Amino acid sequence: MNWPLEAFLSFLAAGAFGIIFNIPRKTLISCGLVGMSGWLFYRSYFLMFDDPIQATFAGAFIVAIVAHILAKIFKMPMIIFSVAGIIPLVPGSRAYNAMRNIVENDYMEAVDFAVQALMISGAIAMGLVFAEVLMQLYFKYQARRTQKKMGFTQE
Amino acid sequence: MAEISEVRRELALDCFLLAGKVMMESGAETYRVEDTMIRMAVSQNMMDSHCFVTPAGIMFSPSNDLPTRFVRIHGRRTDLERVARVNAVSRRLVAGQLTLQQAYEEMTEIEKNHYLFPLWLQVLAAAVASACFLILMGGGWADIPFAFVIGGIGFYIVEMVLVKTRVKFFAEFIGAVAIGTLAVLVVNSGFGNDPDTIIIGSVMPLVPGLLITNAVRDMMAGHFVSGLSMGAEAFLTAFAIGAGIAIVLSF
Repeated sequence: MNWPLEAFLSFLAAGAFGIIFNIPRKTLISCGLVGMSGWLFYRSYFLMFDDPIQATFAGAFIVAIVAHILAKIFKMPMIIFSVAGIIPLVPGSRAYNAMRNIVENDYMEAVDFAVQALMISGAIAMGLVFAEVLMQLYFKYQARRTQKKMGFTQE
Repeated sequence: MAEISEVRRELALDCFLLAGKVMMESGAETYRVEDTMIRMAVSQNMMDSHCFVTPAGIMFSPSNDLPTRFVRIHGRRTDLERVARVNAVSRRLVAGQLTLQQAYEEMTEIEKNHYLFPLWLQVLAAAVASACFLILMGGGWADIPFAFVIGGIGFYIVEMVLVKTRVKFFAEFIGAVAIGTLAVLVVNSGFGNDPDTIIIGSVMPLVPGLLITNAVRDMMAGHFVSGLSMGAEAFLTAFAIGAGIAIVLSF
């Protein structure tokens, strides 16, 4: 695996998707960074453990976490950053292979690919959910801490 | 709350509904639209307001003794810049940096304008994304120009058919058929190497990524009506693309 090349390509692809979804111009670069981090994490997890479903979960999780942090920094909706980063994880090739096998009347093979594609879509959803819950817990904790601090300073 | 005058209340309602409408039309999540509208209402001293947002319309009830208002949402088109702008205006309204009148004027300004990138740039972006995905999905370097051109053409065809017919699934179907045909032609005439990776790369710009993310986040926040309908739309889009490719492959 060629790390700098993949990093560059995923950065470019996520930025291009940012243009297709028409995100605000000043967030294009950070949007590309989100896509890059998600893809690199996905790839390295995949190469280490050879499980596309877990790898997709990890990638989607990272994308959502980074998108949340950027949303806080830019004070913009989180969706602007997460959309383009999610796209590279979509199981395009597996869905395509499922379709191809259906056309070739090889249904057993097609079901195999289709189930994998379905599981990967589920993994994307779970990654987003986990990151969201975690970030909400963290922000709540932080808000409570600042409230406490303010209470002390007022006394 | 009785001291809010009638005119001001009407203006406030117009402002909230306009904000919700613009956000929903531009591809925001349902729960964010509800959250924004309720926050704005609270900032205008309407404490017990309720709102119900679906992809097809928004209902907003300011309180028990005021009439409920409804707006219908017609076309939806992904334009996240508008979402960000409305969000910024509502933040400033809640923080007290804008008066209601100013906020309403800014909202109407946002509603009138479209901040879309020019079409040629979007087509170029789709072409670049296709070429990138060709390599990321394991394609060969020799196929890059074909993925670049075919991805751009596919995206352009979808946009054109969408403008002419206004049927999203039909446009995606036609786009997928065009991509499949071109890829098979290129490979059969001896230029390209692998039709599979060319097709996968070129189809990527049509993937309903925004719908998938929105559906997941809405379901999580408990908005099952919107979540399910967005999920259904994402599934239908994926199905239209798959059917288009399958038709080409079956010949």
